[in-house]
Amino acid sequence: MSRTARTVMFAAAGGAVAVFAVLAVVRLPAFGSPYHPYRDHAFLAGVAHDTANLVSSVNFDQRGLDTLGEETILLASVMGVSVLLRRAEDEEEHDDRSVGWVLDATRLGGYIILPVTVLVGFDVITHGHLTPGGGFQGGVVVGTGIHLMYVAGRYRSLERMRPTTPFEWGEAVGAGAFAAMGVAGLLVSGAFLANLISYTGFGQLFSSGTVALLNGAVGIEVASGVMVLLAKFLEQAIVLRRREDGEK
Amino acid sequence: MVALTVVGLAGTAVVMTVRTDRQAVALAAFGLSLAVLFMALQAPDVALSQIGVGTAIVPLMVMLTVRKTRQSR
Repeated sequence: MSRTARTVMFAAAGGAVAVFAVLAVVRLPAFGSPYHPYRDHAFLAGVAHDTANLVSSVNFDQRGLDTLGEETILLASVMGVSVLLRRAEDEEEHDDRSVGWVLDATRLGGYIILPVTVLVGFDVITHGHLTPGGGFQGGVVVGTGIHLMYVAGRYRSLERMRPTTPFEWGEAVGAGAFAAMGVAGLLVSGAFLANLISYTGFGQLFSSGTVALLNGAVGIEVASGVMVLLAKFLEQAIVLRRREDGEK
Repeated sequence: MVALTVVGLAGTAVVMTVRTDRQAVALAAFGLSLAVLFMALQAPDVALSQIGVGTAIVPLMVMLTVRKTRQSR
């Protein structure tokens, strides 16, 4: 396709999106106003399914299929990075993995904050259906929290703490579990991602049916995805060098 | 309103930064200001993801990429 044709196509499509977006936005109920039909329906549906965190109710129950799509995008991008950043034939590992000089205060801060951060991440995942947060947020917190080890200047320890292979598995298992729960709902109740577990009481730890389980699956997937992603980038930047004799 | 202004200023700073490595730091600051805005708009869960993705993961990826490209030059 020529450059002009591409520009024309972009202008047409972009213009159409812009026009429809503006038309949609001006008809939205005003921010913070009492009239908000979508909120009212979502609220009642969330309460009926014992899901205290309404955002999780929307993400994993009312619009669960959208979330499956998002998780698949994450899976695809992590796979893409893994393929793209794999070790090339003319690259080799080298032993110098020092990340430079790190302030003692930074080192100590990293050691202290690391376990707290990871614990908070797990807390956010397990209470995703009760309090703000959820599988994605908690997974990101866990995935980044581990990398405080790198900030503390201990790249070798980080490598030992998170071998890549189990997390590549975790990424696949998390995404697969989400889809499997969807199919299970289809088989049992006749609707994709339909709830399978009885509701046992608003605000309880095990209360919102499959929402809590889906939160867990997403948590595993996102935490693993972030770890694999950063592991590949760190490996490229720190460990792998182009082989000297390979060049000319 | 203050948070929104800071987001605007930080975003402009990211665009105006020429060197890529400094741009990553500006990007992290921009991400943090966005997280503050999300908090002010009562969306703590979005703010949490924003801190993780926008201020930690993405700038780190940019920094590592810059480091890698400098090595191979």
